[in-house]
Formats: sequence, C-alpha cells, structure tokens
Amino acid sequence: MVTLFDEPANTWELIANGLPWTLTLAASSLALGFFLAVGLALLRLSPVPPLRWFAYGYVYLFRSTPLLVQIFLIYYGLGQFEAVQKSFLWPFLREAHWCAILALTLNTTAYTSEIIRGGLQSVPWGQVEAAKACGMGLGLRFRRVIFPQAIRQALPGYGNEIVLMIKSTSLASTITILDMTLIARKETSATFSIEPLFIAAAFYLAINFLATRLVMWVEFRLSPELREAKTGKTLPDQGVVGAR
Amino acid sequence: MLEWMSLLAWGDSGWSDEMVRGAGWTLLVAVISFALGIVIGAGGAAVKLSRVPFVPLLGDLYTTLVRGIPDLITIYIIFFGGGQAAMAVAKLFGYDGYIEFDALTTGVLALGFISGAYSTEVIRGAVLAVPKGQIEAAKACGMSRWTRFHRILVPQVARYALPGLGNVWQLTLKDTSLISVVGLTEIMRQAFVASGSTKQPMVFFVTAAVLYLALTSLSNKVFNRVEIVANRGVRRA
Repeated sequence: MVTLFDEPANTWELIANGLPWTLTLAASSLALGFFLAVGLALLRLSPVPPLRWFAYGYVYLFRSTPLLVQIFLIYYGLGQFEAVQKSFLWPFLREAHWCAILALTLNTTAYTSEIIRGGLQSVPWGQVEAAKACGMGLGLRFRRVIFPQAIRQALPGYGNEIVLMIKSTSLASTITILDMTLIARKETSATFSIEPLFIAAAFYLAINFLATRLVMWVEFRLSPELREAKTGKTLPDQGVVGAR
Repeated sequence: MLEWMSLLAWGDSGWSDEMVRGAGWTLLVAVISFALGIVIGAGGAAVKLSRVPFVPLLGDLYTTLVRGIPDLITIYIIFFGGGQAAMAVAKLFGYDGYIEFDALTTGVLALGFISGAYSTEVIRGAVLAVPKGQIEAAKACGMSRWTRFHRILVPQVARYALPGLGNVWQLTLKDTSLISVVGLTEIMRQAFVASGSTKQPMVFFVTAAVLYLALTSLSNKVFNRVEIVANRGVRRA
C-alpha cells in the first residue's frame, strides 16, 4: 500500500498513512458487494424455492453473527486446513488484506441485498405488466424499467450501508491491517495519549460526511422529477395519478 | 470430526463450558449496555426535542459523532482515556488515587454510549409518533405535566419504540464482540484463547458463530413476543 508521508511530521500525517487502507478496503468491498448483492436479491425473489432458501439462509447467517467472527473465521479458520494451504487460493487467503476484503464483501453483500430487494419490490407490478405488453423481454424489462427505479428507491438505505462499511473497515485492524485504527491504537499505546484516537475519529467523520454528501448528490441527480416540484414550479394537474 | 467433539467436551478436557461461560458474559454486557443505552436514549431524545435554543444541537452532535466514528475507536477511546478522565474528575473532588476501568466497565460504558445514540433516534421518533391532539386533550382534561407524561406519553412511546429498540438490541449484542479487544472473556475472546492453545481456530470460531446465532435468534423471538403483548390492545386492520 502507498505511504502518504514517509516521515510523518505530526500525528495527523502519521494517521493519514492509514487512510489508503481504509479507503481501499471500503471501496473494494462495497463495489464487489454491490454486484453480488444484486444477484443475491434476485435469487431471493426467484420463483425457484432452493435458490430462495439459499439467499434467505445466506442473509440470515451473515446478519445474525458479528462481522468480527466472520473476519476471524476466514483469516484464522480457513488457514488451518492443509487442503486450503495447498489450493490455488492460498496466495490470497494467506494475506490479511485479502481476507479482510473477502469478509467485508461477504458481509456487505448480505445487508445490501436486503436493501436492493426492498427497492425491487417497490416497483409497481403494473409497470412490469405494461413493459410486457410493450413486448419487452426479461432482460430489457429489468434494465430499463425495474432496476433504475429500484436503485432510486434503495439509495437512501444504501447510503447508510456505505457509512456502516467505512466504519466496519476498522475491524480489519484486528488482523494486522495497518489502517487508521491500528496506527492510532499503536500510537496511543506508545505515547499514553489518546490524541491519535481522536485524530483517527476526525478522519472517519470527515470521510463519512463526504460519503453521505456524495450519496445525496447522486440521489439529487437521479430524481429530476422531484426536484422540479421542490423549486416551486407546478406540475400539470394529473388527477389521481399521484394518489398513494 | 471426533477430534472436534473432544475439543468441545464439557469440563476440564474440553472447551464447551468455557465457551458457554463466554456467552454468559456476552449476554451480561449486552443487557447492561442496552439498558444504559435506553436511559441515555431517553435523555438524548428529550435533549433533541427540547424547545430551548441550541440545546437540540447537543443531541445532534452526540448522535452524529457516534454514527460517524467506528465503534472500535469509541471503545479504544474509553479504554485508554476513560481512566484519565475519571481521575481528572476525581481530582476535583480531592481524590488523588489511580483509577483504571476494568474490561467490564469499559465495555458497558462504550456499548451503552454507542447504543444510546441509536436508542435516541428510536425514542425521538416514537415521541413524535404520538398524536399532538392527545397531549392537548390531556391538558384540556386538566392533567398535570407529570400525569400527561406517565399516563399518555410513556405507554405509547414504549409501544412505538419497541420494533426500533429490537434492532438496537441486535446491534448491541453483535457489538459486544468488539469488547474482546480490551480483554473481557466473552465469546470472541474465549474462542481466540481456545484456538490459540489448541491450534484449531475453525472449531472455535464456528462455535462462536453458532452461539451468536443462538443468542440473536432467541432474543428476536423474545422481542416479537413482547411486541405482541404490548400491542394486544391495539386494533389492527
């Protein structure tokens, strides 16, 4: 991982050296987890019972156990088996950071799939019927009608998940990843001052603030029709179309 | 498989009894912190709903901080800084001795502080869900502030807050695993110790996962039951 300050002049620069790890862990697990979550949400809504059961079981297991257990299971647990040590996966599972990314990804997949499922289920069935009536195939229907609306609906919930994941990356410090949390803890142990922990907290707050702003901006971009109503321009009266 | 069985034997030769004792500590920390969190949450909600200028900002500051800072950092701050802060306060009262928080105190303070922020939001929402007309009606009946509070507000807020508090409980229960970093021998710490001395981490972390699964599932059932009992007087469509 890159080092921002080779010779940190103060505690701020020292903690900032852990920033690349925090961001890498959060970004990679969120990106990977999002795609897996869309797949898992589709499995959960699939008409085939075993697929549904699998998705339900996966979400249940990962949401009912602490992330720390999942991290330790993958990092310490898998390495104990010779079969794993001899497999092609070992170069990855040997490294703490790949284990951390794997655990964080699997964890966020479970939570995100529930958020996306809520979004998918919020799309009115009439629209699916209308799309069918227009002759759209399954793929086209999903891409043009269902998914765009589901994402818009799921975005506020997903924003929370992003913040939770940024916070969760701090658990990677328990398996030797030198992120902001571990650097701050080591510095505190060495100097008996809790200043480094406060500085790390400030960094996390700043990242989370930026992340929530980013999500709000995306939300704004994705919902032009709500924006128009907000600026005071009146939409033409559409009768009971908007009845809820 | 047989090897696993003997590792998990009950008594001196195996680790089952230690793991279950760990689960007991987990449950204890979770219950005390959750209760502390509700007390803090009630206060936090009162602060957030206060009509005194700038006071609600204090509540916002509290919830924003907790929700933006990793729980692990909060725990470390209380672990490393709690004793210092307590000593500073004690000095004001003329006590010069050394104070250090043990793992249980650290855990309960940290988790109570964290779950308090989430409970604040839940309770605030529940208070806002009570129709204003009811308070006005109670005033019109000549009820005093206290009577209004404990007869009209509290019973309904408790009912509205239950589902949200159930979520906070699940969160707190899982968060107890983080307390292992300060050395409290709850489930995680016990699993870590056991796998260190037997070199069989898989068994013990799977056992830990099963114990957490059991705790979350069982407590979920309890909460559902309590919700049914609390809502028995409510007519539903």
